[in-house]
Amino acid sequence: MTTDRPSIVVIGVGNDYRSDDGVGIVIARRLRAQLPAEINIIEASGEGVSLLDAWQGATSVILLDAACFGRRAGTVYRFDASTEPIPSAFLNYSTHGFSLAEAVELSRVLHELPPHLIVYGIEGGTFEAGVELSPAVEGAVASVIAQVIRDVYSASLSESIP
Amino acid sequence: MKSRAIKVDYLARVEGEGGLLIRMKGHQVSEVKVKIFEPPRFFEAFLRGRKFTEAPDITARICGICPVAYQMSSCHAMEDALGVKIPAPIRALRRLLYCGEWIESHALHVYLLHAPDFLGYEDAIRMATDHPTEVRRGLRLKKAGNAIVNLLGGREIHPINVRVGGFYKIPPKSEFLALAEELKWARDAALETVRWVATIPIPEFERDYEFVSLRHPDEYPFNEGRIVSNKGLDIAICDYEQHFAEEHVAHSNALHSTLKERGAYFVGPLARYSLNFDRLTPTAQEAARSAGLGSVCRNPFQGIIVRSVESLYACEEALRLIEQFEMPDKPYVEAEARLSTGFGCTEAPRGALYHRYRLDERGLIVDAKIVPPTSQNLKTIEADLLQLVPANMGMQKDRLQWRCEAAVRNYDPCISCATHFLKLHIEQE
Repeated sequence: MTTDRPSIVVIGVGNDYRSDDGVGIVIARRLRAQLPAEINIIEASGEGVSLLDAWQGATSVILLDAACFGRRAGTVYRFDASTEPIPSAFLNYSTHGFSLAEAVELSRVLHELPPHLIVYGIEGGTFEAGVELSPAVEGAVASVIAQVIRDVYSASLSESIP
Repeated sequence: MKSRAIKVDYLARVEGEGGLLIRMKGHQVSEVKVKIFEPPRFFEAFLRGRKFTEAPDITARICGICPVAYQMSSCHAMEDALGVKIPAPIRALRRLLYCGEWIESHALHVYLLHAPDFLGYEDAIRMATDHPTEVRRGLRLKKAGNAIVNLLGGREIHPINVRVGGFYKIPPKSEFLALAEELKWARDAALETVRWVATIPIPEFERDYEFVSLRHPDEYPFNEGRIVSNKGLDIAICDYEQHFAEEHVAHSNALHSTLKERGAYFVGPLARYSLNFDRLTPTAQEAARSAGLGSVCRNPFQGIIVRSVESLYACEEALRLIEQFEMPDKPYVEAEARLSTGFGCTEAPRGALYHRYRLDERGLIVDAKIVPPTSQNLKTIEADLLQLVPANMGMQKDRLQWRCEAAVRNYDPCISCATHFLKLHIEQE
């Protein structure tokens, strides 16, 4: 990671062997073909300490994860975590699995949150074993990719990355 | 007589779904139930018919925080069944991997799950406002453990590099040496952790437990040894089922384990420490004494100190193993299928984890038995509460409830681990 200019990190979170749970990973992989090489794209399991590490030093971070809010599968949520706390429904039931939401909130308390942090949640339909996204979630992927690309370019402009 | 109840629908800061119910009549406790309603997971059943080589990867999925323990116990059981002898360099690397898991698991429990209990915070996020230095230290310590598991296991959650007979691939020595610098920091941080937890106000409470853990002739136990207790038990791993039984209780989807002769017993850091104090490094022993511990610790609330001492030991042991790293000739030893039964028991962060497998001549699993630490401790947790509640009857109800929840978290219970083996009982009126 370069230190002399602001950096943008896109982190896809999930388990791609559990169907829609892998949507963050799937989007991260597809973004690789569409974003400039200097954008750091990371695939993560969601383990909290590794996430803290992944975004350390970054100025703009975009997190992508599956969500389970009980809405229609494929519903997309977008939070600006740099200005508002992550909704508690995103918080894990157990903190043995110290996860995304806890990592973000702990980071906020420790004043280590990246200046810009956007979290996307994509409502999953099935979390069974499997490597395919359900049709409803697959249907939402293109719009999330388009929106993330817009986020990345607006972050680049504001941080004057070429 | 006045009746009251403490009811916690969902226990926080534990893995999996469990609740707690305590009923009191006057100053008597009439009922204590650690209710485990996490659904059963049937791992033992779906291991049947799978090849012996698959057990480490399948059982690792039982737990996200102690997958290494499942991999180690299953590998040792399979190697026992198939007569595989593990060369010293591979054995050393297994210890190193286990050090990584202990460090990450203990750091998580000490800093993020248990310290808030004693310092009066609802969770670690709130605690971090007032104790940022400590929380940062805990996170970095956990990361040092993650780094070992990541390097040798292939990734930090559900590592993929462990196989029966050894590892799929062993990274070059240079990559292990690269971990040493951070581990030296971690060793100092672990010592600092012991000093810090020694200053935390910890409730006084003691019981005359039967501690059970592995004991090895030379080492603080991870992978090998005899199963011993402070009340005379001293058996080979293969004799486990002659001495221990599992029973179903209606309020729990996890089985309860007992010693056939004496009932409830205690596994985990306190047991390991109390039975193996003399196997700790001098630094770890010294740190424990400075923190006010004797060579035996019977106060489960002091588990937070003992875990910190074990983290210090694990950092020192990891550094020693890296310094003495020797590349094995081959990353694994081949195992040939045969009709057999094998037994394995290793020390997961939460205590002894027992596996037994019966294999057919093709190496397919005929049946499997897995006894995780949490189900071995459930009876003891309930017995602690039976003593704790009457002794603190004068407390405000919310304070008493807080104390009871902390008492459960003394065991760092992993409910997800404990519910994978239930035989389904349907109760009909």
